[in-house]
Amino acid sequence: MVLYLSYSFSHLALLGYKTRVIGKMMELVSEKHVKYILSVEKYFCLRRRIVFESLVMEHLRMNGAYWGLTTLDLLGKLQVVNQDEVISWIMECQHESGGFGGNVGHDPHVLYTLSAVQVLALFDKLDLLDIDKNEDGSFSGDIWGEVDTRFSCIAICCLSLLRRLDKIDVENAVNYIVSCKNLDGGFGCTPGGESHAGQIFCCVGALAIMGSLHHVDKDLLGWWLCERQVKSGGLNGRPEKLPDVRYLSATHGLSLLQYPGVKAIDPAHALPVDVVNRILIGLYQKGISPRYRPTCEADLSFPNLR
Amino acid sequence: MHGRPRNPSKPEDEEASAAKASKLRALQSQFLHNHHSKLYDKGALELSAKLLEINPEFYTAWNYRKLAVEHCLSQPGSDPESILNEELRAVEGALRQNFKSYGAWYHRKWVLSKGHSSVDHEMRLLDKFQKADPRNFHAWNYRRFVAALKNISEEDELKYTTDMIERNFSNYSAWHNRSILLSNLLKRKAEVFPKEKILSEEYELVHQAIFTDPDDQSGWFYHLWLLEQTVTKDAPWLISCWPASGSELIISDSKSASSCTASPLSSYFSDGRVEMPVILYFNQAIKGVNTSTVTVRSVFAESKDLVWRPLSLSNFGSAQAWVAFLKFSEVKIDYSMSYEVEVSLGDSSGIVSLNGCPLTHAFQSKFMVRFQQPDSRNTDGQNIGSISWEDSNFQNYEGGPEQCNIIPPCIQLKMAKDHEPIASKWQVDILMNEIELFRELLSAADCKIGKLTLARLLTALDTLMLYNDTSNSCQMRHTEEILALYTDLMKLDPSHSQYYREEHSLTFLRQVSCSKENLLRYCWLYRNSALSDSRNLVCLRLNNLSLARVGSIENLLWVQMLDLSHNELRSIEGLEAMQLLSCLNLSNNKIKSFTALDPLRHLKSLKVLNISQNEIGKHSVDTTRYLCSSPLSHTEASDWRRSGLCSTDDAQLSKYWEAFLVFRDLTLVQLGITGNKVVNEDFRSFLLKILPTLERLDDTNL
Repeated sequence: MVLYLSYSFSHLALLGYKTRVIGKMMELVSEKHVKYILSVEKYFCLRRRIVFESLVMEHLRMNGAYWGLTTLDLLGKLQVVNQDEVISWIMECQHESGGFGGNVGHDPHVLYTLSAVQVLALFDKLDLLDIDKNEDGSFSGDIWGEVDTRFSCIAICCLSLLRRLDKIDVENAVNYIVSCKNLDGGFGCTPGGESHAGQIFCCVGALAIMGSLHHVDKDLLGWWLCERQVKSGGLNGRPEKLPDVRYLSATHGLSLLQYPGVKAIDPAHALPVDVVNRILIGLYQKGISPRYRPTCEADLSFPNLR
Repeated sequence: MHGRPRNPSKPEDEEASAAKASKLRALQSQFLHNHHSKLYDKGALELSAKLLEINPEFYTAWNYRKLAVEHCLSQPGSDPESILNEELRAVEGALRQNFKSYGAWYHRKWVLSKGHSSVDHEMRLLDKFQKADPRNFHAWNYRRFVAALKNISEEDELKYTTDMIERNFSNYSAWHNRSILLSNLLKRKAEVFPKEKILSEEYELVHQAIFTDPDDQSGWFYHLWLLEQTVTKDAPWLISCWPASGSELIISDSKSASSCTASPLSSYFSDGRVEMPVILYFNQAIKGVNTSTVTVRSVFAESKDLVWRPLSLSNFGSAQAWVAFLKFSEVKIDYSMSYEVEVSLGDSSGIVSLNGCPLTHAFQSKFMVRFQQPDSRNTDGQNIGSISWEDSNFQNYEGGPEQCNIIPPCIQLKMAKDHEPIASKWQVDILMNEIELFRELLSAADCKIGKLTLARLLTALDTLMLYNDTSNSCQMRHTEEILALYTDLMKLDPSHSQYYREEHSLTFLRQVSCSKENLLRYCWLYRNSALSDSRNLVCLRLNNLSLARVGSIENLLWVQMLDLSHNELRSIEGLEAMQLLSCLNLSNNKIKSFTALDPLRHLKSLKVLNISQNEIGKHSVDTTRYLCSSPLSHTEASDWRRSGLCSTDDAQLSKYWEAFLVFRDLTLVQLGITGNKVVNEDFRSFLLKILPTLERLDDTNL
């Protein structure tokens, strides 16, 4: 799941930067970043050099595309990429079922479907998707039935971006995630699973999208998450584990830190704020009816109280 | 792979690596070919196994193997045992390469659910993995899966976690698993596993961990969980309501801008129709407050005509505070009479907590309502003066507690019918025991998490004792000690200082609001010299107190004028329950966005608001973006644009949609916004459009 985050590690390491954590300033040379990301994109597309490490990650190219392109957008440099090339490759990865695989020829899976949707959102090309064919509302990773809160969260993020959240029973989805809440306020991958920073990111994001953050014990979880920062300054994923840069994505972190020159990021959808606003706020302005149905009599009578 | 250092490569390594790469590339393309051609012969299967051994993350290969298994099983004369055994071998091969591979572990679960493998074999495999890495959560997850599948008892699993913990106290995964098992046992087998006994034993176990190594977090988190299990009552109950039981309300009706100048005993609303709120405040969020679960008996309206609304920032029909408005317009008012109103709930079932626990305690509140003859002098609505929050306009409230109608809920509860004490003896005993123990530990070692735990224990004890306190004056006995602990922690542990500041504020407010005497020290009379009548408004002044958070709202439901200026507030969550609030000062705080002001949307009586000198518009990142009702969180129940309003200026609306969501339902008369980065001519013109009732913006009369 978090292999895609290794991109942050590789591009930073190659550019010779030391990683620092949230709270300390980071040196960032945007030009070099952009050049590096583009060079990585190129050698995947054209397969000029066959390197073992890249082959081993071939199946998650879709995730890599999401990370690289979102980073570029946050740095305001999305236009340097050949948009048509990227989009045609993405559509090649789509299957009959509507889902997307990690690369051309790979089976569809929710993990890569989200990345595909996110990249299409960046390019404002969501209309390319024939929405009715996607997502039947289940939260397994794929037809083989692996259940994990990551998948619930991914599905919800996907549906939100596609403005189809009404296709699922939101309350049910919320209840499932809440059943994965643990003694420390965190979330695991299934009910009873240990709290893990990655899962927590997914679950909290999904609850946010479904307007259910009141289920999160903000104080307890906030305290627990802050404890992930160890003496060296790095972040670990669970108590008494080693810090790992996978829990810190450089540019997303910088965005949240409001580093000058980096666009703001929406943490729940993991996309730039202007992209999310365009999708969720923009459409409402056109008078399209909302996606949510009221659940109690009070909501229906609300207009009368004005 | 994670956690592996990246070393510069030597030429021999590069050659070997290139060879490895070519081999893998060939495997992968051959595999994809087999997969798409649906070839499931022995050679193809072996190829996939080889691929997975090198690269267990190649998920399509696991899918392929499942297809192959299904294909082979469907062949006549197939041997399921050997087919599935082969799968388990393939998984083991892959796990050797990466024992954290999601794909590998899931494949094993899938194979097992096809009805194969003995418990012993799986447990032995797990034992091997868990000995090698006791924190491997895949192994723990798989263990829970096998235990569920093979019906291994929770008691046996509990024993396993005890073994793991005794081997190493720092095994967070084991403690976590223990909390899961115990939760289930306490819930399902309460007779065999009484809470009192189990928790005492658990406390003893966790003490060993904590005293062995106070710096290790595992034991402390488990202790925190035990504390929660000790004090939390599952059942919901009513902790406060307004109007308070036994009170007498005087209601005045006026249309002038000075409508907010009311005496402490009255409240009124200037929207023509006279109505008053009835507020119910529970100890936790609940659902099911409606006309069949709550009855309001009065001459004014039929109980079944009332509409109960949850005062919540989300839209799922649950909240801690609920309100209904009682209208008087139908009845001819006799100004010499006092009218009785009775609110009762709990007689019928229907009110439940989010966990499904029903409300068991019944509650009744009786209060009187009297109407004051409208003053003819004040009917033309001239602008008598605006609210100015300067110190000179306030003077100490001289009325004694007996004259004042402010009755905090701790006394209310006792006025309600007799009920059993909410806290049991064993709970109090455990807390006192733990407190003594930690005071001792802290005298020897300066431990941040120890101090935090002690602060939490003291807070829990004070809260429990409060509900049992039958005397007339409530006191939170350990406030000074708790405040000192949090102040210490702010210095000792600066990375969490914001959290400690908030807890400090909450503790302080608990103390302030728990008794009449304490509250009165912060009550001031607002007297505007321009007013011709003698009515004055009582203001609760909580300014300049370094408050980082507001709390104890259940004790503050009566407040109509509130000064929270010159504090450190980033959020005003909880304020949505203060339905009587008509004048609010939030200037000079740390509010960073309009989404943080979301609770104000619920305050229909708010007329005067000051949010000047804050940080709205200063930050590009809005950290409260999802904590409010908005299209982003799919919690907007109606077309958020409200056709007819701002139909011409789409550009402004998309720029200021957060402000629009907060202000559109309010009928503000006076607003202060200067000193926020977002404010400019464009924004001001936008505000004037969406707040047609505004008479004063900052220093300008409109």
